[in-house]
Amino acid sequence: MSYTKDEMMSVAAARVLTDDTRCFVGIGLPSTAANLARNTHAPDLVLIYESGALGAKPDRLPASIGDGILGETADAVVGVGEVFNYWLQPGRIDVGFLGAAQLDRHGRINTTVVGDYAHPKVRLPGAGGAPEIASSCKQTFVVLRHTPRALVDRVDFVTSHGKGPALVITDLGELRPVDGELTLTAIHPGVTVEEVRAATGWELRVAEDLVETEAPTEAELTALRELKARS
Amino acid sequence: MARIVSLADAVAELIHDGDSVALEGFTHLIPMAAGQEIIRQRRRDLTLIRMTPDIVYDRMIGAGCAGKLIFSWGGNPGVGSLHRFRDAVENGWPVPLEVEEHSHAGMANRYIAGASGLPFAVLRGYTGTDLPGVTSTIATVTCPFTGEELTAVPAVNPDVTVIHAQRADRKGNVQLWGLLGVQKEAVLAAKRSLVTVEEIVDELTPVPGAITLPGWAVTLVAEAPNGAHPSYAQGYTERDNDYYAQWDGISRDREAFGDWLAEVTA
Repeated sequence: MSYTKDEMMSVAAARVLTDDTRCFVGIGLPSTAANLARNTHAPDLVLIYESGALGAKPDRLPASIGDGILGETADAVVGVGEVFNYWLQPGRIDVGFLGAAQLDRHGRINTTVVGDYAHPKVRLPGAGGAPEIASSCKQTFVVLRHTPRALVDRVDFVTSHGKGPALVITDLGELRPVDGELTLTAIHPGVTVEEVRAATGWELRVAEDLVETEAPTEAELTALRELKARS
Repeated sequence: MARIVSLADAVAELIHDGDSVALEGFTHLIPMAAGQEIIRQRRRDLTLIRMTPDIVYDRMIGAGCAGKLIFSWGGNPGVGSLHRFRDAVENGWPVPLEVEEHSHAGMANRYIAGASGLPFAVLRGYTGTDLPGVTSTIATVTCPFTGEELTAVPAVNPDVTVIHAQRADRKGNVQLWGLLGVQKEAVLAAKRSLVTVEEIVDELTPVPGAITLPGWAVTLVAEAPNGAHPSYAQGYTERDNDYYAQWDGISRDREAFGDWLAEVTA
């Protein structure tokens, strides 16, 4: 079965979420991957959304962080203050799954501005829940499309960092921190190291034990396409 | 006991030029109709407070109602940018907009401190970020018991908070359910409050997960059916995702936005 780069990214991102994990989910690419995981190998994955849905079980992709289906299918619905203070801050959540506009070689995330803060070239949405998700979950994973504008040497503004992502999944491969620097540790089928380097805004290091990601299975692709068709 | 009035009278009575105003509702139950009425009554120099400015503040910013925005995430949910917000920050159009930005955890805690009658809230937040360098309302405080350094954010106490809820009874007791956001805290933190509702009923029957704001904790209630559109009121209306996408086109262009504004204020 042929597949797109985006589908490879979503499948690779879904695979890293194991059953019974409690996952704080950002909207967009992370939400797609988390819901794919719950619909395939991890039916007991616990999805937590900052809008107050604990244990959401949507049968389609939520259109926004406040999509009614999140609350309607959740184990519990709580206020936003409670999500952050009672559920996130004490360390009850295993994985924070975030997107990013910009990510740098040290794993720092920018979703605030491109350019100078006082006179931005582009004003981005801002922090949302990410700074505390990145610092209070046991681990953070980031999923984003791999371009030189997104993966930069140094972010213009540090919106979120925390402990830094343990894993970054892109449409070209996977990066992990090695000695404090994001390093290419896996590459998707059909992608060359040169392509990944060209799409990265710094001199990307490549792990000696670089592995090739397993191509999406028919079951994974079918589940992803059905999920999207329902959304 | 809250008084029940029309939306136009409520805005005229409660919201004045220069006020700090919080229209809350976390994607669900956004008081859009109240926002339109504030635009129609041409309020100016407001300090707008809201975790997610959304379309409701994009409109008010584009209409020139705001001098300052206190927020934590300013995008069009599920779509992309808020273009009127961006135009104000990037180009000062139609008027310069001062911003004070936080994280969601910081904003939620500011409301909680405000509702609690405390001067500030404590959290573990903003670790390793550049936000404390650009936002003066983020500081540190040392725990007197353990010596741990923690983050402090000041209470927010809006002059007026406006929320939208499913329904109220004739005494002004307000019932809301579904995703609850920070509405309870925002109302209790405010000096004055307005709740718009889908309908006013004789009796509030129980609904699973619903909360009630007693009428004596609310200043005014106004009926505004479909008053959250294009946001929604669970049990009454559905989120209009197509409109959120359409707003991208309306708001991207100053002229198209001007046409929209002329229609609203006609």
